[in-house]
Amino acid sequence: MSEPLHGVIVSHAAVAQALLAAVAAITGVSDALVPVSNDGCDTGALTERLTRAIDGGPAVLFVDLPGGSCLTSSVRLARGRTDVAVVTGVNLAMLLDFVFHRDLPPADAARRAAEAGSRAIRTPAA
Amino acid sequence: MTIALYRLDDRLIHGQVVVGWGKPLNASFIVLVDDVVRSSAWEQELYRMGVPAEIEVVFASTAEAAERLPEWERDPRVGILVSAEIDTLAALAVDGHQISRVNVGGLHHRPGRTERLRYVYLSDAEAAKLKALAAKGVEVTAQDVPTAHAVPLKDFT
Repeated sequence: MSEPLHGVIVSHAAVAQALLAAVAAITGVSDALVPVSNDGCDTGALTERLTRAIDGGPAVLFVDLPGGSCLTSSVRLARGRTDVAVVTGVNLAMLLDFVFHRDLPPADAARRAAEAGSRAIRTPAA
Repeated sequence: MTIALYRLDDRLIHGQVVVGWGKPLNASFIVLVDDVVRSSAWEQELYRMGVPAEIEVVFASTAEAAERLPEWERDPRVGILVSAEIDTLAALAVDGHQISRVNVGGLHHRPGRTERLRYVYLSDAEAAKLKALAAKGVEVTAQDVPTAHAVPLKDFT
């Protein structure tokens, strides 16, 4: 792909902004992700925010929960498109992996990010 | 028990409904009343994704809801009914149905609406519809989550 993917973090309240700041602090990469909050939005208004954020795509939408307004707006936007993919359960680990693998097709990048995020969920012995 | 919460929310089923209200109420079923969602299997699957498997989700058109409301009101389980439209709840509040309270949980900005509360935007016509509902004896308050203060209708219309 010639144009690198960008990621859109879709969250309740300020989670997206905080994750973006954490990614930038750890990697120094600050231009790969865009935060979108659902604050004050109905489904239509959130879809408009997402449309502006993906800026024509290609993009991966990283949604906080596997249900609710962030998910419904994201899936509606991605429906029928190959240039936009959706991942739920966003965490810092998946974003750190994503910013260094933005040359993949959106669906592949989404799968890769989901696997990276899943691997980060553990219960270490203390 | 019965339907413990009649909620107006243009996001329909989402975190505040499932977790915020559903947990403290110990809700076992959620009725989503919306004619568009009722006619789309894809939309229904989307809303079902956000609900734990142990909570039943019922999708109904306004007409179906009017017919089945007595059944849901008699249900021994606790339920939540949610709709995005004031007209829908107003239609359900007629014909002797036992809707005594309506919770305005989230009606967001659209052209023609003005901000009444952080999470409630209404046109003058919509405010009048809520007042008409209250005039029928329905207690209408705004409250996004259970831990928030319930704002009386007169304070946001």
